[in-house]
Amino acid sequence: MTEQENHEAYWRENIKLVFLCLAIWFIVSFGFGVLLVEQLNAIRMGGFKLGFWFAQQGSIYTFLALIFFYVHQMNKLDKKYNVND
Amino acid sequence: METQTLTFLFVGLSFAIYIAIAIWAKAGSTGEFYVAGGGVKPIYNGMATAADWMSAASFISMAGLIAFLGYDASVYLMGWTGGYVLLAMLLAPYLRKYGKFTVPEFIGERYYSDTARIVAVICLIFISFTYIAGQMRGVGIVFSRFLEVDIITGLMIGMAIVFVYAVLGGMKGITYTQVAQYCVLIFAYTVPAVFISLQITGNPLPQIGFGSTLASDPSVYMLDKLDQVITDLGFSAYTDGTQSTTNLFFLTMALMAGTAGLPHVIVRFFTVPKVSDARKSAGYALLFIALLYTVAPAVGSMARFNLVNTINGDEVTGTEYSEMPSWFKTWENSGLLAWYDHNQDGKIQYAKGNPLDGKKPTFAEERGAQGERIVTNPGKGEVAEGAPFANEVYVDRDIMVLANPEIAGLPGWVIALIAAGGIAAALSTAAGLLLVISAAISHDLMKKTFAPQISEKQELMYGRIAITVAILIAGYLGANPPGWVAETVAMAFGLAASSLFPVILLGIFSKRVNRKGAIAGMLTGLIFTFCYIVYFKGVFIEPFAANIEENWLFGITPQAIGGLGMIFNFVVALTVSHLTEEPPKEVQEMVASLRIPRGAEQAHAH
Repeated sequence: MTEQENHEAYWRENIKLVFLCLAIWFIVSFGFGVLLVEQLNAIRMGGFKLGFWFAQQGSIYTFLALIFFYVHQMNKLDKKYNVND
Repeated sequence: METQTLTFLFVGLSFAIYIAIAIWAKAGSTGEFYVAGGGVKPIYNGMATAADWMSAASFISMAGLIAFLGYDASVYLMGWTGGYVLLAMLLAPYLRKYGKFTVPEFIGERYYSDTARIVAVICLIFISFTYIAGQMRGVGIVFSRFLEVDIITGLMIGMAIVFVYAVLGGMKGITYTQVAQYCVLIFAYTVPAVFISLQITGNPLPQIGFGSTLASDPSVYMLDKLDQVITDLGFSAYTDGTQSTTNLFFLTMALMAGTAGLPHVIVRFFTVPKVSDARKSAGYALLFIALLYTVAPAVGSMARFNLVNTINGDEVTGTEYSEMPSWFKTWENSGLLAWYDHNQDGKIQYAKGNPLDGKKPTFAEERGAQGERIVTNPGKGEVAEGAPFANEVYVDRDIMVLANPEIAGLPGWVIALIAAGGIAAALSTAAGLLLVISAAISHDLMKKTFAPQISEKQELMYGRIAITVAILIAGYLGANPPGWVAETVAMAFGLAASSLFPVILLGIFSKRVNRKGAIAGMLTGLIFTFCYIVYFKGVFIEPFAANIEENWLFGITPQAIGGLGMIFNFVVALTVSHLTEEPPKEVQEMVASLRIPRGAEQAHAH
């Protein structure tokens, strides 16, 4: 594999990972927190209606987990394609 | 000790720390001045980014906004945190790899165009000054309320402190003061929240507390009780939305993309040593931000709960003015709280409806029978639909966080802490903004465009002059806040989302987008968003149309329109680019190298 092909393969995997993360990002915020909030509010979690909880708490926790997951995966990817800094 | 003395002590101590850091971290080169020499550890950069980002608005206003809007305010929580996901995955690592000093510099080089750079500088300066005016007003409010000095004196002190560490230390001084300011502000925000959560629900974790049962009645959940109490007063339920889904959707989008496109936040990621550090430090930044942003909704709901119960009492019949706790009177004196006895029963009642004729109360010189301030612009005292009585109380949203510890009856040192925290939040954001303004002027306009012959030493001097002038303008805006400040905050986010964010993103993820596409896209997003806001809000001029739902495009409010402007920017940039020639070979190679982490040196000028 030439260096350029290696870089392109690295970039494709990176894009795939970003798409996966952003899909989850979209679902918990725009999906659970805005578009589906009424349906989810029918479900209770302790004192919270679930849609309300996602909008004010759950989405933020998911964002955090997502970034650290992405950091971890990217560090692995950097090593795999030998492009780490 | 008295609360007043404690407040002076806390604020004075925090100022001493900031100055000591400034002396220790003096900047000697442009690299240190613009990007702290590129050697900031990810965890410190995370803290500094959190302080940079969390402004007087986050600290003082956000929980109040949530308290009165309930579920509808969720878009601010999601928008202002979700933007960091975009930053971490789409912008920060690649801009760090680019490895230079400013956002306009990137746009100018990627699109091989001085025009693109200058358009970016204009967006940046507009966005940043809008923000600073708000910070300076925050400093003024805290000083005048807690230290009882007048707003101008408070502003002068604030300006002097920022001057010392921003002009001397540049980005290096700002970074390490922001780390200290983060510690002050997060401590100040969470301590009262823990106390209040314990009081109301018996749970010390506010994030869980507001979903728990009441300490006074373990059979009822706090949020259910709050929903019931306020719907009985004619309000809509706290946990339900009132705005259209389309509008919430676009508003969340505008806030997220706007956050990711704010220059003073982006530039923080230029200060870390490596590309992988930029990703990691975005994660730390969100962690430190989330500590405040997950507590804020708890603070908001509990503040609303406390406010309603304190005013209306257990019987929901109102409380006599003479029996109200002292915080009611202190805030009344500041004009941010007012009472007009519509039903003439001598008691204060709070329910849905505007107690006033107009938006803000005006007061007579003399006092009423119980010692209350006399409101000279009362409304008609009509009972709102679903409310048991007419609303008699005007509450400014901004007082909720500041008054919360007093409403909950917490000790004096907690109140003093809030004052130090509010000032830390305002100063840290102001300093970050001042730096990007100064860098845009001395680096992008002077060095890169109009005076390329200047030496590094001269550039550094211009940077310091620019920051000094910017501080003076910011102080002036804080002392004489123009009426349009509140309106333009929405514009700052809308413009960042619709102008800067798309072209930076496309500059990294597309090799095909060229100069013509980027300029056309930026101008489309900018002009569309700007005109839509001016059309309804009338910045500088009278609005053209009433700001009501019937007039809005697809039911989108002016605050949320940046989300649509962003989409237009993307569509125009891509279409124009594909109809015109490819970017030059060396630009395509530059994009290819941005995508590979290896080879990121420290940020440099050449």
